[in-house]
Amino acid sequence: MSTSTVPPDQQEQQPTVAALGTSFKDRLQQFLAFASLIVIFVFFSVASPNFFNYANITAILFSTVVIGTLALGTTFVIITGGIDLSIGTGMALCAVISGELIVNAGLPVPLGVLGTILFGGLLGLINGFNIAILKIPPFIATLAMMLVAQGLALVISHSTPIYFSDAPSYIKISTGHLIPALNLPNAVLVFAFLAVVSAVLLNKTILGRYTYSIGSNEEATALSGINTRKWKMVVYALAGLFIGMAGVLISARLGSAQPATGAGYELQAIAAVVIGGTSLAGGKGSIVGTVIGALIISVLNNGLQLMSIPQEWQNVILGCVILVAVYADMARKRAA
Amino acid sequence: MDQDRAARGQAEEPPLLKVQGVSKSFPGVKALSDMHLDLRRGEVLALVGENGAGKSTLMKLLSGIYPADEGAFFLNGAKIQATGPKHAQELGISIIHQEFNLMPDLTVAQNIFIGHEPRSGGFLLNERRLNSQARSLIEGLHLPLEPKQLVGNLTVAKQQMVEIAKALAYDAKVLIMDEPTAALNEAEVGVLHGLIRRFVKADTGVIYISHRMDELKAISDRVTVIRDGRYVGTVDTQQTTMKEVISLMVGRELAGEARPEHVVEDREVLLSVTGLSTKALLKDVGFDLRKGEILGFAGLMGAGRTEVARALVGADKVDAGTVTLRGEQVHIKNPADAARYRIGYLSEDRKQFGLLLEQEVNANIGLSSLQELFQHLGFMKDKAMRAKSREYVDTLRIKTPSVAQTAKNLSGGNQQKVVIAKWLVKDCDILIFDEPTRGIDVGAKEEIYRLLNSLAGQGKSIIMISSELPEVLRMSHRIVVMSEGRVTGLLSAAEASQESVMHYATLRPDESAEDAAELGLDEPALVAARTDRKAGER
Ligand SMILES: Nc1ncnc2c1ncn2[C@@H]1O[C@H](COP(=O)(O)OP(=O)(O)OP(=O)(O)O)[C@@H](O)[C@H]1O
Ligand SMILES: [Mg+2]
Repeated sequence: MSTSTVPPDQQEQQPTVAALGTSFKDRLQQFLAFASLIVIFVFFSVASPNFFNYANITAILFSTVVIGTLALGTTFVIITGGIDLSIGTGMALCAVISGELIVNAGLPVPLGVLGTILFGGLLGLINGFNIAILKIPPFIATLAMMLVAQGLALVISHSTPIYFSDAPSYIKISTGHLIPALNLPNAVLVFAFLAVVSAVLLNKTILGRYTYSIGSNEEATALSGINTRKWKMVVYALAGLFIGMAGVLISARLGSAQPATGAGYELQAIAAVVIGGTSLAGGKGSIVGTVIGALIISVLNNGLQLMSIPQEWQNVILGCVILVAVYADMARKRAA
Repeated sequence: MDQDRAARGQAEEPPLLKVQGVSKSFPGVKALSDMHLDLRRGEVLALVGENGAGKSTLMKLLSGIYPADEGAFFLNGAKIQATGPKHAQELGISIIHQEFNLMPDLTVAQNIFIGHEPRSGGFLLNERRLNSQARSLIEGLHLPLEPKQLVGNLTVAKQQMVEIAKALAYDAKVLIMDEPTAALNEAEVGVLHGLIRRFVKADTGVIYISHRMDELKAISDRVTVIRDGRYVGTVDTQQTTMKEVISLMVGRELAGEARPEHVVEDREVLLSVTGLSTKALLKDVGFDLRKGEILGFAGLMGAGRTEVARALVGADKVDAGTVTLRGEQVHIKNPADAARYRIGYLSEDRKQFGLLLEQEVNANIGLSSLQELFQHLGFMKDKAMRAKSREYVDTLRIKTPSVAQTAKNLSGGNQQKVVIAKWLVKDCDILIFDEPTRGIDVGAKEEIYRLLNSLAGQGKSIIMISSELPEVLRMSHRIVVMSEGRVTGLLSAAEASQESVMHYATLRPDESAEDAAELGLDEPALVAARTDRKAGER
């Protein structure tokens, strides 16, 4: 009986939560994710001579921007315990809409961009309505939207790409250099801005609080007098706005709206969110994690390509990375 | 009843809260019919009734979670119609629901003020003010909580305190508590009652729903009885006996108290545990379980009783210790493994670990014995399963329109009965029941005690963990008392008394025994006392 025991009042008090809502453990997770990002980055720098140079880093950042923008919105959705499968093809549809508005209808670029983003918001709002009001499970509702968006993108564009050759200012949205000293394409700046906005929304506003709250215990949240249906619609609509922005960023980067692309991005974005430590069960997650997750995925995509690993094998490796990342996260939580 | 109404008509002041002629039906169930009650200013009104009588439903109607089919509610004489919990709270009615309604991933402060977050400008949260508001509320209520603690890491008792803080965060006139003490032990109940007394003033009132008859005397001024959704009567607590209340509740005489049969001391030892330790809490726990024995486990919050059970069935990782079953050392890796050794574990947390809420009663009862009883070459034997389910629905008086009812539509106590039935159906040699009678009405409790006794009579061994000391004292052949992760006492039925159990339960390994006894025995608000003292030491 020599060892002293922990008093019951204290033994349950795990490290407390900091003001931002991220605990020490979450920080550690982000640190681990960040460390693996560095490891992967160094590995490719050594393994492939073409990896570490300005052009390639820019390419990596561009692809991070697209996956990352989708992943930002999806982080909110997943923290509520939901899922959004419509983001990939939704993005293609938004790109097409942008082409229709700016190239075919001749709207001024700012107006066209605004219209596209709002259109994305509308897609999300429809998802939100189907999920929150009609009570269709998120997986099904957004799967349906994924198909609808894929079809509509082809129908509206008559299955042909729309080129923005006559709207150079549109292309500048992604490829221009607003701050020459920084030497980074605008898309990266836009993404950095969006990430900051998302982090503030998630950690500092009631929207963020209710996002965590719904994911943590939806029934209890409703019984606390919060209109959970409304807030779920808001969250999906927000994810929709991010779809719209991703649609603008990708089409501006490519100089064209490609109606047939898009499928597959949703899985990459979800993978980025999950690698970043957000729990598919809801209630937990962070924006920093998602940004790191998006970087890991695009670095992997890019590096494996440079090493001339066939696309099929890239997917195999990516799948394994997701498994390892999520397993490591869970094992760490169990050990803690 | 008419007398009652007349008396009320003469009173010059309207009651604080009046429920008039309220009815509510669910598919296949008439939950309430023409229910009425009065809550006076400055009183604690206990509302009692059997499981499924309609108590929780009445409170949900009052807070506007469902609309009532008929009837009306009056607050201070004015008709009110809450459109939802938030509206009810704005009207001055706060409800602590039967099931926990907290967000485990949020902090204490975030939970307390959910929906009322202090903001710095429209949309932005003011986290600092949130935490300081929570701190002053917590301190005003003398609760041992920290604003920044994650609720998911708190014990059940502390979660209950968060619920209370949440309910009292606003200027509540009527506080409704639906079985607030179901998960608490004596000391914690003392703390809660202290809180309630401080809350009740000249212009406030409390409706207190409980199945623990012993505490009605301690806290309530009057008792209103509801049976099958109807008003039965109201009595002054001081002028009645619990026996009278119970007979009003069940509408029949209860059979005498079930008592365990005497067990011969030299029965063979079935299960022997030595040196059981876990990283988190348990230190060198050891005990023997005999064949046909009901072994009670008593202790305070955080004593480690549930941890012993979880470690035993392999739900938690064990650091050290040996388990000997029928003379052979065994290594139980997980609950499925435990089931193979014919050990069953009924968890204290029915919503999380006990029930398939979305599934039928029938599927729940049959779940753990599908393999042995209800399948043939992998095909389900539905008929046999339904028959067995019906049998237990009858013996345990589970109130449900049919065995095909979805479990979540049952009242809280009836859900608990379903979980118990699940383990009674399965043919285990060792049953570990963690808080088996939580939320169960007096009549059904007797039924369960009788079943436990007959199981023991058949040679099954039962470990019963309970925070209700009278229950442990009455049902156990021997009692293991735990404190802070260790076994501090082992008492035979003859030696055990409220005092002796509490003595061992408050023994602290790192303190002198007198010190602990002085702290534990004379102070009901044990939890608060300890925390205060600890704060003082720093
Ligand atoms: N949503 C629902 N759908 C169908 N039936 C319901 C629903 N809610 C309650 N009931 C039924 O209404 C009756 C009253 O239930 P209620 O929860 O009010 O009982 P209670 O008095 O609170 O019981 P307990 O003491 O077990 O908590 C029960 O028969 C229950 O099965
Ligand atoms: Mg109830």
